[in-house]
Amino acid sequence: MNTALNKDKRPPLPGHHMVLGETDKLRLDSGVEFGPFTLAYQTYGELNAEKSNAILVCHALTGDQYVADDVHPITGKEGWWREIVGPGKIIDTDKYFVICSNVIGGCLGSTGPKDINPETGKPWGLDFPVITIADMVRAQTMLIDALGIDTLFAVIGGSMGGMQVLEWCKSYPERVFAAAPIATSFRHSAQNIAFHEVGRQAVMADPDWCGGNYLLEGKKPARGLAVARMTAHITYLSQPALHRKFGRKLQNRGAITYSFDHDFQVESYLRHQGKSFVDRFDANSYLYITRAMDYFDLSMEYDGRLAEAFTGCKTRFCVISFSSDWCFTTAESRTLAHALNAASCNVSCVEIESDKGHDAFLLDEPDFHMVLSGFIDGAAESRGLK
Amino acid sequence: MTNTVSNAAGNPSLPAHSDRIRVDLQLIADMVEPGTRVLDIGCSDGELLGYLTRTKNVDGRGLELSNEGVRNCVAQGLPVMQGDADRDLGDYPDGAFDYAILSQTLQATHRPKEVLSELLRIGNKAIVSFPNFGHWRARFDLMFRGRMPQNPNLPIMWYETPNIHFCTVRDFVALCNEMNLKIERSMVLNESGSRVSMDSHSGFANFFGNQALFMLSK
Repeated sequence: MNTALNKDKRPPLPGHHMVLGETDKLRLDSGVEFGPFTLAYQTYGELNAEKSNAILVCHALTGDQYVADDVHPITGKEGWWREIVGPGKIIDTDKYFVICSNVIGGCLGSTGPKDINPETGKPWGLDFPVITIADMVRAQTMLIDALGIDTLFAVIGGSMGGMQVLEWCKSYPERVFAAAPIATSFRHSAQNIAFHEVGRQAVMADPDWCGGNYLLEGKKPARGLAVARMTAHITYLSQPALHRKFGRKLQNRGAITYSFDHDFQVESYLRHQGKSFVDRFDANSYLYITRAMDYFDLSMEYDGRLAEAFTGCKTRFCVISFSSDWCFTTAESRTLAHALNAASCNVSCVEIESDKGHDAFLLDEPDFHMVLSGFIDGAAESRGLK
Repeated sequence: MTNTVSNAAGNPSLPAHSDRIRVDLQLIADMVEPGTRVLDIGCSDGELLGYLTRTKNVDGRGLELSNEGVRNCVAQGLPVMQGDADRDLGDYPDGAFDYAILSQTLQATHRPKEVLSELLRIGNKAIVSFPNFGHWRARFDLMFRGRMPQNPNLPIMWYETPNIHFCTVRDFVALCNEMNLKIERSMVLNESGSRVSMDSHSGFANFFGNQALFMLSK
């Protein structure tokens, strides 16, 4: 199934597309044998002759493979981690071969619920199998295999990307030399599940969602998805950051209007965030990917003994959190780091002081950049990468 | 962990990649066999840990209380995590390290005895250094000034100092005896970091020694 061909109206998205799972299907956690499927991915830099300089960057919930592009094909903005990835940057594409793939279940070229189910000839919708973080990573291993890479020099990602990093280290420790799970956790908290549920209910409450069949009905649950994004966006910021940016400032008016118009700048900002998100994201993908995060708990199969997930793991870790992140708190990162210690892993654990909330990992945070840079450079020295 | 008191606290720190380190840290480094596993508790900016990693090829890890210290260490590529000697040693498995080093930090812990026993649970050997409260200056301040000691080596006033559990060399030796710890090596140093005496048990050392350095085992 080639998703690029399935998008009837739009031109295919730029970048690489790999069809995987044609003979050996992808075995999902739910038990479903899935395939063939497509992963859309971007690469930057050159793979060296030893194939030892590959870095896999894992994207967050609403991120995508265009990590370091000049111009995103849909939003027209820069890639989401241009601060970090590029020539001469912290993840130096003159030195490393950087791979970033759209997760399975996503909507930017990898197979997801908006693509055509070959058995019915219609979009998958809610017939798409439920996927997990481990499924995303399993799909990535098939891509990495197909690229002929045995061991990744590093796997790096923030938020849901960090969950994938941890899943890599738990399931394929021998394939990961260094790992940087950033602003993430080994499990999704009750609070985070709760916020995700609010978002999903907002989507499902939109009559244009049509029980998940909106593509067949020629509709789009734009209002529901926008509300989901607005709620989620608040959780990515912090109280001080919101106040600094907006305070109680009014939007293009001198006084409140005694109405439900967007009097406040913060309202206007959130509406804009919701609206622009709808243009680039598929509502059902949002349901599936948030569900994957909710199901994530690395300690579950060890009856809560997280350390056992990393027994014998030789990967070197750098766990990074941000002081004002209330989605993925420093306390969660410390629990992870303690478990890694208990498993005798090589671990650094740093909290970065920032008032920018969860999104700090995407922003210009010099201390964060200094730490990540030191970690990558140190790992490269140990790996003998010049 | 705050690197609170040392004979060289006022010296400007050396460049990160210099292979010369503070005298008291050098003495600790000299006790460490190459190629071993080392946990440096209270590793500050990673001066000792970096030195051991570069020159002795140790598999070194650090634990440091201050965020700034942790950041500086990780930015040098050293594996360090934020943590506290009182609270965070329990996670490490038994015998995970050949050496557990606690430099100039014991006196700032809440439960020094428990910390010592943790050091020798996770490390086969413990290397511990601390300022000697039995030093003549401290005795002088108490006896003749009737004030808590304050001098270049103990510069912080009693109400601000993180050092909450001072001991003398003799006190420390008594604790080791009580805990049945074996003193493998010991030395007592003067203000410039030179050895005052090899016999840490002597009254002379306890009077003239500015700081003490012990290697312990069970």
